[in-house]
Amino acid sequence: MFLQDTPANTDGYMIAGYVISFIVMALYVASIYVRSRNLNRDLTLLEEMDKPVAPVETSQPKPKKTAKPVTKRSGKK
Amino acid sequence: MQSKPVLLKILDVLAIVLLGVSTYFALVIAPTELVMGNVQRVFYFHIGTAWTALIGFLFTAVLSVIYLVTKDLKWDRYQVAAIEVSLVFFLITIVLGSIWARPAWNTWWTWDPRLTTAAITELIYVAYFMLRQGIDDPDRRARFGSVYALLGGVSAPITFFAIRLFRTIHPVVISGGNSEAQGGFDMTSGMLTAMFVALIAFTVIFIDLYWNRIRLGNLEDKVEQLKLKVTM
Repeated sequence: MFLQDTPANTDGYMIAGYVISFIVMALYVASIYVRSRNLNRDLTLLEEMDKPVAPVETSQPKPKKTAKPVTKRSGKK
Repeated sequence: MQSKPVLLKILDVLAIVLLGVSTYFALVIAPTELVMGNVQRVFYFHIGTAWTALIGFLFTAVLSVIYLVTKDLKWDRYQVAAIEVSLVFFLITIVLGSIWARPAWNTWWTWDPRLTTAAITELIYVAYFMLRQGIDDPDRRARFGSVYALLGGVSAPITFFAIRLFRTIHPVVISGGNSEAQGGFDMTSGMLTAMFVALIAFTVIFIDLYWNRIRLGNLEDKVEQLKLKVTM
């Protein structure tokens, strides 16, 4: 390769180099994004678990008065 | 969920733009090297990532000292972030070097002093994460990690100076050359411009990723604290 007059055809290596560089960087950015999303999900869940529990009412709720079914008498007698 | 600071958003955009500009300079503006052809163009990303990664490893050693003095876990998080980003950048450096070596040296890999020290540096920091995985106590993990990273930091200058101290076939493109080198080349002004653009671009990309990784570390810490609180 070093004895020739014209530059060697090494385009394939150059393309491979740049493609791999971009892929590695993209994968790393994606990994930061995914880890961040998962941690935010965990954080939301843990914050909900950490909330003070509301006091449970012991007395039975009063039964609702049920309205009597209104039946219309037929107007015609 | 914490919203991103405006400055970080600007830095995100700037990093993407600079990556594009650097690629343009490397592929279009820089002239084709007369002997090696287009594969020489990987040199710009190779040197940009190598520069930032080695500075990152050295920076980690400084952060280790700060942690060991202050015992503040914040510095441990900064250290982990710096090592992770540097590790990714150095992986790109090694892969690009290997791709360049195939047509230039007729081999993907050789146990040359530069390549060997670079591989050892990468493995040292891979092992750093394995070491951390094995320790549960956060303080102990941070202390062990800091001592390890401080010792590992020595590998960065050794890697940098390997081509200047030992007989090697790796070219010394900046500040002199060596007679044993194979695949060396003289830098034209266009090549120098592309190299400096790559150096600036990768420095900004590194800072941007580092900041994002620190935020992730803070989030990890918050979740870990809350987990302890909930389970107790």
